[in-house]
Amino acid sequence: MGDPGVNIERQAQVRARLAALLPAESILFEREDTRPYECDGLSAYRQQPMLVVLPANEDEVRAVLVACHDMRVPVVPRGAGTGLSGGALPMGDGVLLSLARMKKILSLDPAARMARVQPGVRNLAISEAAAPYGLYYAPDPSSQIACTIGGNVAENSGGVHCLKYGLTVHNVARVRGLTIAGEVVEFGSEALDAAGYDLLALMIGSEGMLAVVTEVSVRLVPKPETARCIMASFDDVERAGDAVAGIIAAGIIPAGLEMMDQAATRAVEAFAHAGYDLEAKALLLCEADGNPEEVAGEIARMSEVLQRQGATAIRVSRSEAERLLFWAGRKAAFPAVGRISPDYYCMDGTIPRKRLGEMLRFIAAMEAKYGLRCPNVFHAGDGNLHPLILFDANVPDELHRTEQFAAEVLEKCIALGGTITGEHGVGIEKINQMCVQFSASELALMRGVKAAFDPDGLLNPAKNIPTLHRCAEHGGMHVRAGRLAHPELPRF
Amino acid sequence: MQTHLADWIKDTPEGIAAEAILRKCVHCGFCNATCPTYQLRGDELDGPRGRIYLIKQMLEGEPVSARTGLHLDRCLTCRACETTCPSGVQYGKLVDIGRAVAARKLERPWFDRLQRRVLAGVLPRPWLFAPLVTLGRWFRWLLPASLAAKVPADAPAAGARPPIRHARRMLVLAGCVQPALSPDINAAAARVLDRIGISLVEAEGAGCCGALRFHLDYQADGLQDMRRLIDAWWPLVEQGGIEAIVMTASGCGVTVKEYGHHLAGDPAYRDKAARISAMTRDLSEVLQAERVLLERALETTHETTHETASARLDSRATDKPDARSIAFHPPCTLQHGQQLRGVAEGILSAAGFKLVPVPDAHLCCGSAGTYSLLQPALSSQLQADKVAALQSGDASMILTANIGCQSHLAAAARLPVRHWVVALDERMAEMESFK
Repeated sequence: MGDPGVNIERQAQVRARLAALLPAESILFEREDTRPYECDGLSAYRQQPMLVVLPANEDEVRAVLVACHDMRVPVVPRGAGTGLSGGALPMGDGVLLSLARMKKILSLDPAARMARVQPGVRNLAISEAAAPYGLYYAPDPSSQIACTIGGNVAENSGGVHCLKYGLTVHNVARVRGLTIAGEVVEFGSEALDAAGYDLLALMIGSEGMLAVVTEVSVRLVPKPETARCIMASFDDVERAGDAVAGIIAAGIIPAGLEMMDQAATRAVEAFAHAGYDLEAKALLLCEADGNPEEVAGEIARMSEVLQRQGATAIRVSRSEAERLLFWAGRKAAFPAVGRISPDYYCMDGTIPRKRLGEMLRFIAAMEAKYGLRCPNVFHAGDGNLHPLILFDANVPDELHRTEQFAAEVLEKCIALGGTITGEHGVGIEKINQMCVQFSASELALMRGVKAAFDPDGLLNPAKNIPTLHRCAEHGGMHVRAGRLAHPELPRF
Repeated sequence: MQTHLADWIKDTPEGIAAEAILRKCVHCGFCNATCPTYQLRGDELDGPRGRIYLIKQMLEGEPVSARTGLHLDRCLTCRACETTCPSGVQYGKLVDIGRAVAARKLERPWFDRLQRRVLAGVLPRPWLFAPLVTLGRWFRWLLPASLAAKVPADAPAAGARPPIRHARRMLVLAGCVQPALSPDINAAAARVLDRIGISLVEAEGAGCCGALRFHLDYQADGLQDMRRLIDAWWPLVEQGGIEAIVMTASGCGVTVKEYGHHLAGDPAYRDKAARISAMTRDLSEVLQAERVLLERALETTHETTHETASARLDSRATDKPDARSIAFHPPCTLQHGQQLRGVAEGILSAAGFKLVPVPDAHLCCGSAGTYSLLQPALSSQLQADKVAALQSGDASMILTANIGCQSHLAAAARLPVRHWVVALDERMAEMESFK
């Protein structure tokens, strides 16, 4: 049985072509089989794909791409499907290309501190493989247990330790991929520098619009000798925000600097049993890593700043197990919200650190305006916000109100001098806000870059960089601060 | 997740339960990372998140075919996903509902039906199963290799059971396949508990816990087995003097602990089932609660420390692994189903065993009840991976806590595979001989 969005004749044509290239069990086409692929970690947006293909190696990926290019079929690459911006949302006339079966660690060189892995290798699996050599892969998105390195490259994923160690872009040396025409492209190199333009940085975060990642060389870093974490309670959210700014201003770069408000803390404690202070209005987690002397020194300096900024309680992890426990709740924060709400919408904006208090007041006002709860989790050290708007998709209108709530928050991020994404990518979720953040000429340039790799616009075409047409439609609805976005464009 | 359950199920007890579970899932995908079949197949449909979606589709009234049935059959019901899930999705309960609905909607091919009927008929009946195992041993040379590997070598000697002499008493389940395959387990458990002042008793007429039939598409028969077992135990429970019901097979343990849930809809058995579940303990929990008594019984360890040390030196000299160095395989029904992690391991350490680290200890060995017979390809891949992981260190023995895992691993392992209480019992006996 077909889906309203899937053309059965077209599906049969494309399937016949692909059937000659891949084993039958690697092509899914029945509605029953393709529907579970209709969304990634952002389940509010769903679209049944025309076909799902599960290649096992680069040759199969190439064969699929060449065939799709030839037949002008759009292709959406997908890793573990854990993304939170809908970057892997399928297309009803397109192929969903799952890279989950390509999960070999091809080589791991402890001397060069480099691992060469296939795109479907899980983020955490790299660190596990490197552990016997005292090494690990630093970026640690909260979904690191499940998310794949290919997806991390596509979204330029971050994590709680990115404040000190950087995002994916700072930890990847080389990406090998295939264009939609099936041509091999290599970005960067395992050497310190690569000649010419830094196309690696362009590739990372391109959300599968330029090429399909088939191999990644990641840098490994030595595991710090020791790490300890402070858990500080505050009876006021803004004061906690000021303490974050205070730590950075004191010249400290903590290994992690995270904040959760009371609603978030209460939700995660039920899963993690981390011993969080449930009475605190905000909790800060501040981590120091290095050798024992460095760590002791940094913990003392951070404690002093926190105390001066009015922390009501300070606990320092006494063991590695306790440190991991402190983080367990934070890392499971998003899904743990599933315990208190059937659905949630996780946002990802960034603002200058000193505006944190102002932003929190704004979010509280929005909670009242839309009648929806919104616990907050932040990579506070980076000024990266993850407000979680709670809603019930079974209640008519709640998703719609949620989207409006989210749009207002993102546009506030821009107004405060920030950006609409910290680490989750733009995907489909924030595509309209791209029109607010960038001018028509900037977006045209970005589409130009896409066209250089993919002139027919077949690789994940509906994500990340909006078409001007789309911006005009969005701008037609949104008038911000009395100004119409893109007044230069004709309205439809 | 958004749900629109179909009218025919929406307001039934099944539908209400399924809806409540589905609404907890936020589609984050963490579960796929620890799902054994997703790790092997890399297909969303063979991971928990995809199966949840397939079940949701079926309950929403979408047309359903054998494809959904296949993916539900491939699930081991190991429930590693429940340990990983931050949202508290009770996948095990959902998949029970999904399988029951699928069984009503889909007809299995005749061979599949026959296979399940034979398994459901033989395995829970010790009077039928035990002679068949014996026959299998005699005529092993006639069997195809795949089946021959499943027939265990001669069952280990059980040894003497202590007389029932203590005032403290606990009930123990003999189980259906365990007496034929490894009669030493309950005998060892009885001896260990006897040393700390507890006598184990078995109830007349106690049969299978119901798990086997329940998971073979015979849910109604499985529930009937559960009622029968409750009936067999009830007089002893009523009479008083029974402190707890001890489980030496974690597969049965997880089932009996959930009797209260399974029979919640049966007014005649609901209360009894809840009481039985509340009294049920895994053997490791019982020994953990009696840790003081157990350690007193183990006190001779100190006297034999020099003996252990010299044994280690000897083993180094002869390049043989230390006899006390063991690899522990925590059954899924113990670590995920009952959420008991590290308890048996802690007791073994206290008894002087050295636990070798085992990679991917959270993954299933592929035994999973009758899964090894019904899904041989996936099962043997998991078995090979698990045996390799268990033998990757320098262990001299593999210990586990469930008869299913024990026989499954023994069929492929180079090292001996035993129940942990058997090793503990031997250790205590050995120490007594030093006194």
